Amino acid sequence: MTGPVVSLEKIDMTFGEGASDQVHALKEINLQVEENDFISLIGPSGCGKSTLLRVVGDLIEPSAGVATVNGKSARQARLDQDYGIVFQAATLYDWRTVARNVQLPLELMSFSRADKEQRTQTMLELVELSDFAAHYPWQLSGGMQQRVAIARALAFEPSILLMDEPFGALDEMTRERLNLELLNIWRKTNTTVLFVTHSITEAVFLSTRVIVMSARPGRITQDIAIDLPQPRDAETRSSVGFFELETTVREALRLSEAAQESEEPSK
Amino acid sequence: MSERRQRIWAPVFILIVLVLLWEGLVTAFEIQQFLLPKPSAIVGNLVQVVVIDASAQVGEAITEEKTSIGNRLLVFLTAAHSPEVQAELDDALLFRIPLGGRSVSVLRGGNLSPILAASWFTIKEALGGLALGTLAGISVALATTRWAASREALLPFAIAANSMPIIAFAPIMNNWFGIDNPFSKMAIVTIMIFFPIMINTVRGLISVDHRSLELMRSYAASDSEILLKLRIPNALPSLFSGLKVAGALAMIGAIVGEYFGGPRIALGVFITQEAALFRFASAWAAILVACLLGIALYLIILTAERLAMPWHQTFRP
Repeated sequence: MTGPVVSLEKIDMTFGEGASDQVHALKEINLQVEENDFISLIGPSGCGKSTLLRVVGDLIEPSAGVATVNGKSARQARLDQDYGIVFQAATLYDWRTVARNVQLPLELMSFSRADKEQRTQTMLELVELSDFAAHYPWQLSGGMQQRVAIARALAFEPSILLMDEPFGALDEMTRERLNLELLNIWRKTNTTVLFVTHSITEAVFLSTRVIVMSARPGRITQDIAIDLPQPRDAETRSSVGFFELETTVREALRLSEAAQESEEPSK
Repeated sequence: MSERRQRIWAPVFILIVLVLLWEGLVTAFEIQQFLLPKPSAIVGNLVQVVVIDASAQVGEAITEEKTSIGNRLLVFLTAAHSPEVQAELDDALLFRIPLGGRSVSVLRGGNLSPILAASWFTIKEALGGLALGTLAGISVALATTRWAASREALLPFAIAANSMPIIAFAPIMNNWFGIDNPFSKMAIVTIMIFFPIMINTVRGLISVDHRSLELMRSYAASDSEILLKLRIPNALPSLFSGLKVAGALAMIGAIVGEYFGGPRIALGVFITQEAALFRFASAWAAILVACLLGIALYLIILTAERLAMPWHQTFRP
């Protein structure tokens, strides 16, 4: 494909406009995401990174600006089912088994029966949960539930994967293992990923680019290219380049918070 | 003792203690039969156990018992049953169970028949009303979810139906449909259970996790797909809590409705008549049967719930 997969132009988002408690969540966001990019959005809480993700996915409409996805409006991209979404909570349906949860988008998109079953099987193999196909969500651990959510998001081969702190509620060990798994999946599926996180390590390890944001109003303060060699593995985490980039991102975050604080007193 | 076993035996144990206390206190304080009959008298009004020895003149004993006790469910424990004994028993035989060389024959007695017939009539009214009320409640709930505007429009009427005094309403229904027509009681039950079913179903349909909705939205799912694949399964647990309340209300509604008139073969009418004739043990026996029917209805709903949503947390080990 030619041109960026996601293109944001002067996105502005204000909640409760005109009201005394109005919140200026996003201000003049410009961002271009290329095909096969793995972009992390990082910033202090309340910087609007989840809001930005929802604007891209057409789950909310921006107050101003244009979001273009795959050369069309974000709404059209949603109606064309270009998005796979993973939230911080797995958001599996309690009444469906693991396999039937993965099948949910396939049912809605009228895949054939054989295709549905074949894809479900492939996806469960990819996230290593084939043995749990007939289990109900409550029988799985948090990490396993999140893997089901990833399988569900990828089952229909969306061109963009939107992930909102998908591993935020998991323990460190599980998170590191799932980070590796996600990188493997990303390589195999050639998806473009937009990833919201508040972990510097996770952002640097996974991404091709890290976008640093500041709060009130949320805006992009830095765009850091992560040029660590691919494919990455556990070794990557102990390389010198990794530490340097972590420091760069940490510094950028500190600067953006300092900038924010110097603006606060005027309030 | 396993937890499951404890769950079953704990209430049974409490029941036995309560019944013994009741029996003991009524005997000790010589409480009059019309104030509170003994549990043994109540059960005795339903069931009489007669043990017949192998040596006894069986045929004679049966005839004697049947004429003297008459109006009861007779349980005969017989050692042998010759054809002539059989003939005597077959007269009003309900069923027979072989038991270690003896045979337990359960006979239809005079008093059981009216109670059973009355129960059957009343349970039909309760079930009919339960079905109608559930259907109406679910339909209105679906409509209010589908068209948000109709919620505002219909809710005042639902609340009005809920605050309607059933006692004032029963004679009107009897007037509309006819006192002997079971539909007059079904209408009362329908109105009584409509609200708990409707309000619970609406809550289940509406209280959907917003992320589950966003997920559906990201798949560009239509409203009817969201209803079918998300809202309805999400509403099942609260629909069933509504149904459990409604099940108990249905029996009450049918019986209370019958107090304002009904055919002689209805449980509510039977209880009033027996009480009026100072046959309190018999009235209590009918109340006991009504309780048992209520429990049976509850268990049926519980089983349906288990079948409909085996995934729910209440059924997790």
